[in-house]
Amino acid sequence: MRRFLLPGIVALLALLPLLNLLPEGHPIRVSDFVVSVAGKWLCYAILALALDLAWGYAGILSLGHGAFFALGGYAIGMHLMRLIGPRGTYGHPVLPDFMVFLGYQELPWFWWGFGHFPFALLMALLVPGLLAFAVGYLAFRSRITGVYLSIITQAMTYALMLAFFRNDMGFGGNNGFTDFKELVGMPLNTPFARSVLYFAALAALVGCFLLSAAMTRTKFGRVLAAIRDAESRVRFLGYDTLRHKLFVFVLSAMMAGLAGALYVPLVGIINPGEFSPANSIEAVVWVAFGGRGTLVGAVLGAFSVNALKTWLTSFAPDLWLIVLGVLFIAVPLLMPRGLVGMLRR
Amino acid sequence: MNRLIRWLLLLLLLAALPARAQDFDALVSGLAGGFAQQAEAVERLGSLGDPRALPLLRALSESRLMRAEGGGVRVAPNGATPSGPEVIRINNRVRVALRGALGRLQLVSPDPAERLVAADGLLRARSAEDIPLLETALARESVPRIRDRMDLALGAARLGSSDPAVRREGVAALGATASPEARAVLLSALGTDEELAPAVDAAVAAIDRRLALRHAAETAFQGLSLGSVLLLAALGLAVTFGVMGVINMAHGEFVMLGAYTTVVVQEALRASPTLAPWSLPLAIPAAFLVTAAVGAAMERGLIRHLYGRPLETLLLTFGVGMVLQQVVRLVFGAQNREVISPPWMQGTLALPFDVTVTQNRAWIILFSLAVLACTFAAMRLTRFGLEMRAVVQNRRIAATMGIRTGRVDALTFAFGSGIAGLAGVALSQIDNVSPNLGTGYIIDSFMVVVFGGVGSLLGTLIGAFTLGVMNKLLEPWAGAVLAKVAVLVGIMLFIQRRPKGLFALKGRAAES
Repeated sequence: MRRFLLPGIVALLALLPLLNLLPEGHPIRVSDFVVSVAGKWLCYAILALALDLAWGYAGILSLGHGAFFALGGYAIGMHLMRLIGPRGTYGHPVLPDFMVFLGYQELPWFWWGFGHFPFALLMALLVPGLLAFAVGYLAFRSRITGVYLSIITQAMTYALMLAFFRNDMGFGGNNGFTDFKELVGMPLNTPFARSVLYFAALAALVGCFLLSAAMTRTKFGRVLAAIRDAESRVRFLGYDTLRHKLFVFVLSAMMAGLAGALYVPLVGIINPGEFSPANSIEAVVWVAFGGRGTLVGAVLGAFSVNALKTWLTSFAPDLWLIVLGVLFIAVPLLMPRGLVGMLRR
Repeated sequence: MNRLIRWLLLLLLLAALPARAQDFDALVSGLAGGFAQQAEAVERLGSLGDPRALPLLRALSESRLMRAEGGGVRVAPNGATPSGPEVIRINNRVRVALRGALGRLQLVSPDPAERLVAADGLLRARSAEDIPLLETALARESVPRIRDRMDLALGAARLGSSDPAVRREGVAALGATASPEARAVLLSALGTDEELAPAVDAAVAAIDRRLALRHAAETAFQGLSLGSVLLLAALGLAVTFGVMGVINMAHGEFVMLGAYTTVVVQEALRASPTLAPWSLPLAIPAAFLVTAAVGAAMERGLIRHLYGRPLETLLLTFGVGMVLQQVVRLVFGAQNREVISPPWMQGTLALPFDVTVTQNRAWIILFSLAVLACTFAAMRLTRFGLEMRAVVQNRRIAATMGIRTGRVDALTFAFGSGIAGLAGVALSQIDNVSPNLGTGYIIDSFMVVVFGGVGSLLGTLIGAFTLGVMNKLLEPWAGAVLAKVAVLVGIMLFIQRRPKGLFALKGRAAES
């Protein structure tokens, strides 16, 4: 029975956009809204998976994963901005609107190449990966662990947020990027595009899940768990903990970048608010609520907390932050192993 | 009594100025004469320096001066447009004379704002003819700000003199100031006068030195001010995080609670005229008690169950912070609340070299140092501090010695939270009191604690002021945001070298 549970859920999720194609008014038709919201949740689930890999398996509680997510989103956002071309308000053939507005004469060097989709996708993975490598290398090498690492990652995303809010960074300032037209020749904001993006997110989630599952079952995964539980002991046994942690941190950041890259075309906007420390920490509560250290838990947590959020914000938006806060308080006290831990017991 | 003094003053005036009074009356009646007589009267009235002439001359220039019966003059009310043969008319020559005379008279006007405008006008004119006028005005002037402007105008006027000695005097006077305007005046004189060039160069250099010094002093003060704010926000963390090892992400919200307590105390005391001016000093103990109570409740109710699980504690305290923030937002509204500074905290404080600092920031620097001293005293000199340090060093042995460790934990956490409340009182004076007041400071204060060395009050002090001054030093050429980013990156690199901060604990306490 359990063997069929996960494939069954995936099949069910894959049905969702197909049900959207049914004629209007059909009893089991799924609305456009549901498809786009579910697509968002799929991206969040990838982010949760990435965070769980770092926190649940290697004990690296990153409070800055939202930064990797946002960087991935910005990379694809830059591509989408380039694709607008002369259709912008100012009609400039090359420069995006905000650059014309700010008086740019030519494309800054860090925008080069973003006209090509494969390059942008590569950057969506590479930039978060490189940042994670730099921060992780510096932090792990000086054996900064636990809450210190958490604070440093939070400072990282905070600093990036401040930087991206600046107009002269060349990333659109506080407005960010929006008004996208198309992606790989497919006009956005159509039911078809939404379904394609949804399937892409679903495929990415399944892929990341399988990759993570395979990785955590290897010896490498066992060493990671050992590092989480007793890092110095693992080091004394002769393992290079720096490399293990660095590898999983970079992989996790790239996954988060992928999630962001899938997210931005779906929601049609990216701005520096995505870097805000609150976003990163919200992702932490998904993992904690679902059950860290289990991959299913991370995905389940992302879905359930976001379902709660969507449901609650529709009629009592003021209460949502209180409920979220209570979740933060209640999960460590009452259900330290999360939903999955409770179900398994 | 008052009336007596006034009479005496009048008598004195009359005794001192009999000749001038007669002179004045004769000149005033001259205003009603022919154009040539008018012009002469205007000129002489202008140089007489009698403030009574000002409304008359102004009325004349606005065609409001009328011939009165019996040879005198009278003034039509301001804004009126009288007509008829009584209105005294003027020609262009008189108008030119009027302009000069009005400027001179304004210089001795009883209204300080008018004197300032007149000094500014003379500074622009830079005419050597104004020298005696400015000298007499300066001798009477008592307002320092106006004196400075007059000094400047006098220096500029001397530069326009035909006598090289007077010009030299002007250069020297201007060179003794620290004003960018004096610098501009000197530079404009440079082209016209070859002989004076070396003196002008020296004077400009002296001004530049003083300006640089003033700029440095102002930057240092701004840095100290930011540092004192960081110190206040970080001191509580130094206790809860540094001493107890509990990472309290709700610390920023405790600061915010302290600020809102200040608002509540102020609103509560508004009705009472005797207590209202004391609302800020009264808010200090109130904020301490409120946040300390919240902190104690949080420690006993929640954090206690998670000792030894720092990451879970982090999440839990973050949740508490979110709830506190949202509850305050629902109760008080999302908009900023205003806190009125008491009069003794308003205004600016003038230091030498024209350095001005705002009173409230100066007070906050003093307040932060006082709070630091109190914290230090509480930890080193009291029984509670002794027990606290004992529990930190070895919980079980402290317990066997009869110390109630649970109570000490609660008190320590309450103490650290109370200090956050004090920070809130201070911040309410310089920042907007809004529900997310604390979020802006929390990351910086963690940086201070990590940078200074966890568990070291001295480290917190040095860390706070270093970060404050660094931020303000970098700001001019990197902008506020990039300066912040640079400081954050700098700290991350610094931790590479000294993972335990500037002042690492040594010995047994360091092992845990």
